[in-house]
Amino acid sequence: MSPILVAESAKPVVVAQRRSRTGYILLFPGLTWLAIFFAIPFVTLFMTSLQQPVPGKLGKYQAGFELSNYANAMAEYWPQFLRSFIYAGIATLLALVIAYPLAYFIAMKGGRWRPLLLVLVIAPSFASFLLRTYAWRTILADEGPITSFFNALHLLPDDRILNTGIAVVAGLTYNFLPFMILPLYAAIEKIDPRLIEASSDLYSSAATTLRKVTWPLSLPGVVAGTLLTFIPAAGDYINAELLGSTKDRMIGNVIQTNFIEFRDYPTASALSFVLMAVILVLVFTYIRRAGTEELL
Amino acid sequence: MRFIRRNLLGVIAILVLVYLFIPIAVVAVLSFNKPSGKFNISWTQFSTDAWTNLCGVPGVCSSFITSIQIGIISTLVATALGTMIAFALVRYRFRGRSTTNLLIFLPMATPEVVMGSSLLALFLNLRFPLGQWTVVIAHIMFIISFVVVTVKARLQGLDPKLEEAARDLYANPRATFRYVTLPLVAPGIAGAALLGFSLSFDDFIISYFNAGTLVTFPIFIWGAAQRGIPVQVNALATLVFVVALLIVLGSQLVNYRRRRKLLSA
Repeated sequence: MSPILVAESAKPVVVAQRRSRTGYILLFPGLTWLAIFFAIPFVTLFMTSLQQPVPGKLGKYQAGFELSNYANAMAEYWPQFLRSFIYAGIATLLALVIAYPLAYFIAMKGGRWRPLLLVLVIAPSFASFLLRTYAWRTILADEGPITSFFNALHLLPDDRILNTGIAVVAGLTYNFLPFMILPLYAAIEKIDPRLIEASSDLYSSAATTLRKVTWPLSLPGVVAGTLLTFIPAAGDYINAELLGSTKDRMIGNVIQTNFIEFRDYPTASALSFVLMAVILVLVFTYIRRAGTEELL
Repeated sequence: MRFIRRNLLGVIAILVLVYLFIPIAVVAVLSFNKPSGKFNISWTQFSTDAWTNLCGVPGVCSSFITSIQIGIISTLVATALGTMIAFALVRYRFRGRSTTNLLIFLPMATPEVVMGSSLLALFLNLRFPLGQWTVVIAHIMFIISFVVVTVKARLQGLDPKLEEAARDLYANPRATFRYVTLPLVAPGIAGAALLGFSLSFDDFIISYFNAGTLVTFPIFIWGAAQRGIPVQVNALATLVFVVALLIVLGSQLVNYRRRRKLLSA
């Protein structure tokens, strides 16, 4: 679900579908690619996570069934796991609060400027993700205006933002904001403005209209947006690496260093597998609770 | 004050848009900086050195070109494969539709670190040498789904009457496809390709897992972040941003003009 696509609300037209061999021929190459390079790797990931070290040979592993790899990995890295979900959760909530007014404005008051405003929302993604993240080092610098402002109010526990969890959450919030704005826009744009008018005609205040009419009708966008923000944020390690200290490491950092630097493939695979499993469970329970199964 | 209160929503919306562009402004401004130390983080002195000597630091331009090459190959393959799937989904009946939908949805709901590490586990177990081709394979894999969704949306929005009209005028299926369907879907395919290229060009996490010793532009930036990012990187990123923005705004303008022409005709 790309943010750009979610915003495009094409009305599906029912066309007579043909049943012929051509359909299978069209599907075959792409689905084969996804099967080999997306689905099967999960099997190899799982097998790797159960491997055991070859005795006497450092960094070499052989097939095994070491379920203890999971226990050991979780015992050692549960704080990073927990931290990833907390940081991603806070960033998702902040993004929702920041994105909602803009999405509402574009959908309801954008008029003929809508396409341009949507381009402005995706435009930041055209500049390098890493450099934009790195730019927050300049914005949140210790002597910079933002840090000084919060310090004047004595709001910062460490007297700084950079290299703390606050900077990591700020970076995550910023980076995945377009993924929140566009699905929200798509949902709000579908709301019939007459419903909002009717609500105010019936003497409901602006706040009540928002709470009882607009918000419930925009829920599909809220669900899509929170998922599209939360999932990449929970797995991200770029923000933690560039903006945080070693005390703010997330699970992505651990998976990356164990895989690429330590070459401890079983531990890294076990962590990766657990991350995917936890996210899938969260996604499905969340979608079911919100009653928006049709999103899938 | 009264103006702000009356237009509160608009003021907040503009502030959020400004917020989205602050880091980009920082990147662009620092591309004209002459940093005093290794780190190009705070403003020191105006200079156009980076812009007049874009390839002045070893590795910057070669990694940039590597990323463009990988982006082009991955986009071409992924756009072809994804467009075919989109046509099958909208135009054909087949068995296994829900499995197909799941296989297309899941890559978009999987964190990059999981996709990157699982693909690396596959390549390691197969003893497949890491490098340009493993990165291309990975990029094609994660771009396909985005192409499918974009082209599918365009196909579903097509007016079936246009193709009926072609058939009524005795166009055979091939001619209908060549002269009616394809030109109508083309903007969707072009949009999908642009999206695919930008995803490939900017990808770091999946690439880093599967690159071995290959250095793409994002991997170069990652490595440089520890010892100071050269000013040239800021200049190149600013250039990419401006070019991409011009392409998108240009296509919007063409669309807008075409629509007005159609309405006035």
